[in-house]
Amino acid sequence: MPQEFKLILKNADSPGYTPDIECYLRHGGYEELKKSLALQVKELAEGKKQTPQEQIRDEVLKSGLRGRGGAGFSAGLKWSFVDRKSGKPIYLICNADESEPGTFKDRQILHKDPHQLIEGMIISCFANDVKLAYIYIRGEFPKGAKILNQALKEAREKGFLGKNILGTGVECEIYVHRGAGAYICGEETGLIESLEGKRAYPRIKPPYFPAVLGLYMCPTIVNNVETLCHVKHIMKMGAGEYAKLGTPNNTGTRIVSLSGLVNKPGYYEVEVGKATIGELIFDPQFGNGLRPGRTLKAIIPGGSSSKILKAGEKYKLKKKGADGQMVTVDTDLLDLPYDFDSLMQAGTMSGSGAIIVMDDSVDIVEALANLSEFYAHESCGQCTPCREGSLWMSKALHRMTHGHGRKQDADYLLNIAQNIQGRTICAFGEACAWPVLSFVKKFKEDFEAKGAADEAKHGGAGPSKDMKIAASPNH
Amino acid sequence: MSFTVTASFEAEIDELISHYPVNKRSASLMLLHAVQEQYGYISKEAIEWIASKLGLQPINVYELVTFYPMFRQEQPGKYVLKVCRTLSCALGGSHKLHHHLCDKFGMDPHKHGLQTSKDGKFSVEFVECLASCGTAPVMMCNEDFHEGVSHEKAEEILKKCS
Repeated sequence: MPQEFKLILKNADSPGYTPDIECYLRHGGYEELKKSLALQVKELAEGKKQTPQEQIRDEVLKSGLRGRGGAGFSAGLKWSFVDRKSGKPIYLICNADESEPGTFKDRQILHKDPHQLIEGMIISCFANDVKLAYIYIRGEFPKGAKILNQALKEAREKGFLGKNILGTGVECEIYVHRGAGAYICGEETGLIESLEGKRAYPRIKPPYFPAVLGLYMCPTIVNNVETLCHVKHIMKMGAGEYAKLGTPNNTGTRIVSLSGLVNKPGYYEVEVGKATIGELIFDPQFGNGLRPGRTLKAIIPGGSSSKILKAGEKYKLKKKGADGQMVTVDTDLLDLPYDFDSLMQAGTMSGSGAIIVMDDSVDIVEALANLSEFYAHESCGQCTPCREGSLWMSKALHRMTHGHGRKQDADYLLNIAQNIQGRTICAFGEACAWPVLSFVKKFKEDFEAKGAADEAKHGGAGPSKDMKIAASPNH
Repeated sequence: MSFTVTASFEAEIDELISHYPVNKRSASLMLLHAVQEQYGYISKEAIEWIASKLGLQPINVYELVTFYPMFRQEQPGKYVLKVCRTLSCALGGSHKLHHHLCDKFGMDPHKHGLQTSKDGKFSVEFVECLASCGTAPVMMCNEDFHEGVSHEKAEEILKKCS
């Protein structure tokens, strides 16, 4: 049986642990920063030399750390894309805009163990020659912003931040920047626009890859809260030891946010890929199963933007067999290891590590209507397919959940969603299309039955006379 | 009507601006937050004042107020209740909670945006995911965050609002 493995949350939830710097220092805080700053130039073979900064970047790359924000991209590779020859300053931004529905892991770190994040950030800044960094925290975390500001003040007073960190001559300053309720700020180029004091309209890539043209058109690194915390532990353990945690290509630990209709919702830190979806839902130390008499209907595996997985589905997973050859194994949803690669093979993604569980009491059309209303509200409005399409989908679903469905609505929804994905500047297009595509395709009978029942009630196909009553959702 | 600020508030604003040595336009959101916290909402005059502080046109600030959902252009109630609308909280009963609060204060639960009770004490708003899906349904009362808010718990929270 897999166990919880608390690396990031080791201190946060222990009794008596407080977010102040004295407590953090008593628990070995800022030792990895001191160690990083004390690194010497390393002599490599063939007379080559490696600077302390290069050594840290190398460790992060070798550790296999993948971004915990949603895309699951290699953090070390992301850092390697940074344009270091432009002569421009390099910036680092911590993405603390946690707003993917279902996700509540960064909240724990920000509120309970802010110095862990700050230490991870200062090490990351040092490794990338960053002198100015920001923590972009969502506006709905006012207490979190205060806790971070206090923690930064303490770190400054102790000499961990400033123009001359611990007398080493290294310079780094971090400030807190608050968002104001817009989901799109979680998209890194939207976040950068927002940090520049503008509407959070994502930038088109190319050319605006943050690693080259980010904040103030300078090279910029944007990493998630949890990702930056891992940097500290990679420095502590060494890349080799760290990479032993988890499974190959899915290293380390990850905090899983489990919500919806399970007995014990909550956040659980596990080694990546060591627990299956079934274990996370049913094991007493994690979700502890469903309510009495209920059966599993479906799960959303990686935040609301990921494609839904239906109970009973089988996926073809490629695994290394005993003889080292790759074999394809039919795997049930419940036996799917919860890691980046397995979920990708199942046609979805582990995204922000957030599982939303739905049992047989859930009306799947209602659930999709709820999510579509979210996306219609949060579309930034920049690209027509997304701005219009997200609202059309939400309106159709609102109509369907208010007794005015039509049999052809299922195909209507699929048609809109297919015309949004791939036709927008940022991934929000996919984020709003994927739930619709996957819900409707996998539960088409539910959508068509609802439409048919409404049509029968209103005496035939076509919109009914009183349809305008329920014509629009609330926005 | 002009917008006047105290010296201490202006010092707070200047401190915030200093966090953005590269381009002070970046301070826009932080200044809007500071003004809203101090005055309850963002008036036209406040927008002009922020714009002049940052060397911007008022439209550069106004377009932020209309884009970011947290900024308000009207005075809210003394206590602003934000109930999470999104899926996990919905599965946990947040729509019933929102309905309950709206009924209590004579508000229309289907109306979009912030609504304020007649006595000006409470505002209720249905908001998107507040990132605490494991303790649904959740609600914020001003800056305070509340988890697992049953109708009874909501009543207790309201009682403490004086």
